[in-house]
Amino acid sequence: MDVLEIARWQFGIITVYHFLFVPLTVGLTALIAVLETQWVRTRKPEYLRLTKFFGRLFLINFAIGVVTGIVQEFQFGMNWSDYSRFVGDIFGAPLAVEGLLAFFLESTFLGLWIFGWDKMPRAMHASMMWLVHLGTLASSWFILAANSWMQHPVGYTFNPDTGRAELTDFWAVMFNKVQLVTFPHVVMSAYMTAGAFMLGVAAYLYMKEKHADDRPLYHKAIRFGAVVTLVAGLGVAISGDVQGKIMTEVQPMKMAAAEGLYETTENAPFSFLTIGSLDGSEATNIIEVPGLLSFLATGTFSGPDSTVEGINPLREQYIAEYGQDPGATYYTPGDYTPVIPITYWSFRFMIGLGLFAAAGAALILWMTRGGRVPSARWVGTLGISLPIALVLGNSWGWIFTEMGRQPWAVFGLMTTERAVSPGVSTFEAATSLIVLTLLYAALAVVEVKLLVKYIKRGADPFEEPPDVKLGGDDDADRPMAFAY
Amino acid sequence: MELTTVWFSLIAILWIGYFALEGFDFGVGMLIPVLGKEEKERRVLYNTIGPVWDGNEVWVLVAGGATFAAFPEWYATLFSGFYLPLLLILVALIVRNLAFDYRGKRDDDTWRARWDAAAIFGSYLPAILWGVAFANIVAGVPIDENKEFTGNLFTLLNPFGLLGGLVTMSLFLTHGAMFVALKTDGDIRHRARALSVKLGLGTAVLAVVFLVWTLAKSGWEVPALILFALAAGSLLGAIFMAQQGREGWAFVGTFATIALAVAGLFVVLFPNVMPSTTDAAYSLTTTNAAATAYTLKVMTWVAVIFTPIVLAYQSWTYWVFRKRIGTQHIPDPIRDTVSA
Ligand code: HDD
Ligand code: HEM
Ligand code: HEM
Repeated sequence: MDVLEIARWQFGIITVYHFLFVPLTVGLTALIAVLETQWVRTRKPEYLRLTKFFGRLFLINFAIGVVTGIVQEFQFGMNWSDYSRFVGDIFGAPLAVEGLLAFFLESTFLGLWIFGWDKMPRAMHASMMWLVHLGTLASSWFILAANSWMQHPVGYTFNPDTGRAELTDFWAVMFNKVQLVTFPHVVMSAYMTAGAFMLGVAAYLYMKEKHADDRPLYHKAIRFGAVVTLVAGLGVAISGDVQGKIMTEVQPMKMAAAEGLYETTENAPFSFLTIGSLDGSEATNIIEVPGLLSFLATGTFSGPDSTVEGINPLREQYIAEYGQDPGATYYTPGDYTPVIPITYWSFRFMIGLGLFAAAGAALILWMTRGGRVPSARWVGTLGISLPIALVLGNSWGWIFTEMGRQPWAVFGLMTTERAVSPGVSTFEAATSLIVLTLLYAALAVVEVKLLVKYIKRGADPFEEPPDVKLGGDDDADRPMAFAY
Repeated sequence: MELTTVWFSLIAILWIGYFALEGFDFGVGMLIPVLGKEEKERRVLYNTIGPVWDGNEVWVLVAGGATFAAFPEWYATLFSGFYLPLLLILVALIVRNLAFDYRGKRDDDTWRARWDAAAIFGSYLPAILWGVAFANIVAGVPIDENKEFTGNLFTLLNPFGLLGGLVTMSLFLTHGAMFVALKTDGDIRHRARALSVKLGLGTAVLAVVFLVWTLAKSGWEVPALILFALAAGSLLGAIFMAQQGREGWAFVGTFATIALAVAGLFVVLFPNVMPSTTDAAYSLTTTNAAATAYTLKVMTWVAVIFTPIVLAYQSWTYWVFRKRIGTQHIPDPIRDTVSA
């Protein structure tokens, strides 16, 4: 393997790993803030117990989100230095602003939330979590703006003297039309994932004899989680639909690649499965819905407006537009096609896993309607599988988005091949890939074990936190409400 | 002032913030085996920085992001060039952060001992490596006409670089001891104070050698000379204050030492951002490594509006958690752990 290949594997592994934790962080901060606010308003013990229970699970998850994020911040410089030179003017700005506006907010107020139970009035404590959530939204906004620019560069000019893309309009980058649909889709899928997490964990505990006394508590969490999953799930589907249309406009090749559609077609079908090789030589798709791909891409099922461009004519068009050589080593010269099996399957896994989770949430919601108590043992197992499905669904969505953009790093401007660091040796790149992958694998084991342990333990008994003024009572020798 | 100079100064400020704040976190981490005689004392140490270390760490993330935005060439050359040291720093920061978060999550001595080791290793390594990296940036490294670093890990491990690493390490140790003396109560407070004086004296010797060497390399620039002299003076002042039992002032003293010394290094560096030892013509400077004026303008607006807000709420956190911590404040591990 050479540096480019190693760097690509590293980017994929490191970033997908980071994003396993991000959706839960974005979503859970909101749900926990809601629970704590409810406690402040109603003073019902169950809200506080759930706040603390899910708060602890969230912190276990957050820790890994943070440490993997640190690597993200520097890996552009390490492995993708030519990319950094080329786009720093544009891409660096949102990254820097993300740090200043979002990371400071998240980390500072989360510190206040964790250690602040005996340091401030209750309503103020709840507002700390709202601020953390605001920070996660800001973080998502800026990082997605940066990513959207790679999908659809706007607000820049190419300067032939420096060979760089230069920023001309910051607001165009912030309100890129791709960004405007990506942000809701990602945030909604984060809420959906967190809702399913709450639902799944609660359903699991609900079915355990050991926690029978707390059934009313978990019943509440199941209902809350399920409603969030379904409502956010609707948001995900709607935003995803709009995203498909924007994507077809700015990167038609990606939509063609999502279906493996080789020729331009009216009334284009969407297949649920295929046993074919997806190279266009044979059509062996199973269960095709006529017109569905057209609908995803254009909003109409049939007629001339429903035309979806195919891979072959798009390839001709790109060769005419960008020349023969987008990256001669890794892609056949003049081949602007991403790896079709990956785009085909990742798109289906994303949607399929999401539909599975929504169906599961609806089923459990129905089974617990009007205070009903499900007795089937599989309910707990089904519950716990829902957040796992969504975390994987998120990953597949990103794999689709990023792999579907290939061979471009920045669509139409810079290929991935040209983006890699020229000065980094294979030894260095391989060392970092191996070290980080092994470290991340070890962290995954630790994190899962801790999560399982604290899930199994269930919610702690109710314990009223002290009601104090800001700063706590100075002379108290009382043990800290939370300590490392 | 040119916008490029403004951004050079802002990046200097971000690094100053990082070293002055995370510096004492590193110090506390490194001092765990020395000051934490028994379990509750160790936990006192962890809890002194508990609510703030994450916020302190963000300074380096913003410094990285700001370098990317304002001086893309610098970001690209520096991080692809100093590849392996940076990787080591990242690994260290990862295990160190997790030590803070996960150490208390199981009531098990082996588990705690492992995370202690991670916290200690994870604090020493970056405390040394950042010093090595900065010394090399200031002294210059081989950079070719394509703005690529042409050395390797061993290029950086030269005597000047290694001394730089020792200086940051001992400075952070002193700063950390001052912080512990300021934030704790009981026996550990007195031990920390006594230790800070000893560490401070050792640091002063190393730091003076390093700063004089830096000045000699750079041709005795007067502004840098003044800043370095002030840094040395405030270190001596800090030691004196610690001796007198004035822990607050002592901590302010080491804080100022770090700030002034880092400021001095950036003054020496200017107008270069990464001088080349291959050929001065290949050096990266504030102008040839910079982003466009428009990007710098946008970023200036953002920085002018939001930096004061960040400073305000970070200071507020320190105020909220101003109380000293003693072993009496550490709850017993209840049912396996303390809860969130
Ligand atoms: C589990 C979460 C989840 C679920 C259930 C869905 N998605 Fe999604 N999708 C994501 C999570 C996600 C994501 C990981 O968050 C992505 C990656 C990049 C992005 O913007 O969101 C994504 C990307 C993404 C893209 C690519 C955008 C681009 O590259 O420009 C499209 C077209 C869709 N989605 C469409 C849909 C549709 C039509 C869905 C269902 C009806 C759907 N998604 C369900
Ligand atoms: C601002 C956010 C992001 C930026 C700037 C970004 C940047 C990049 C870059 C430079 C590449 C080229 C490397 C390559 O193709 O190998 C890439 C590919 C990729 N990215 Fe993104 N990415 C972002 C977000 C994400 C996220 C959140 C994920 C997943 C969770 C992700 C998953 C991937 C994958 C799977 C690849 C393909 C790896 C491969 O090429 O084999 N990206 N991205
Ligand atoms: C590839 C580009 C990315 C980079 C360089 C990056 C960088 C970072 C960094 C440095 C942190 C740690 C901050 C801390 O210490 O609190 C972080 C955390 C975070 N990132 Fe990423 N990130 C990337 C992709 C994404 C994407 C695509 C999203 C969201 C859609 C995202 C959302 C978050 C959130 C919410 C956090 C804070 C919570 C957590 O750590 O789990 N990031 N990121």
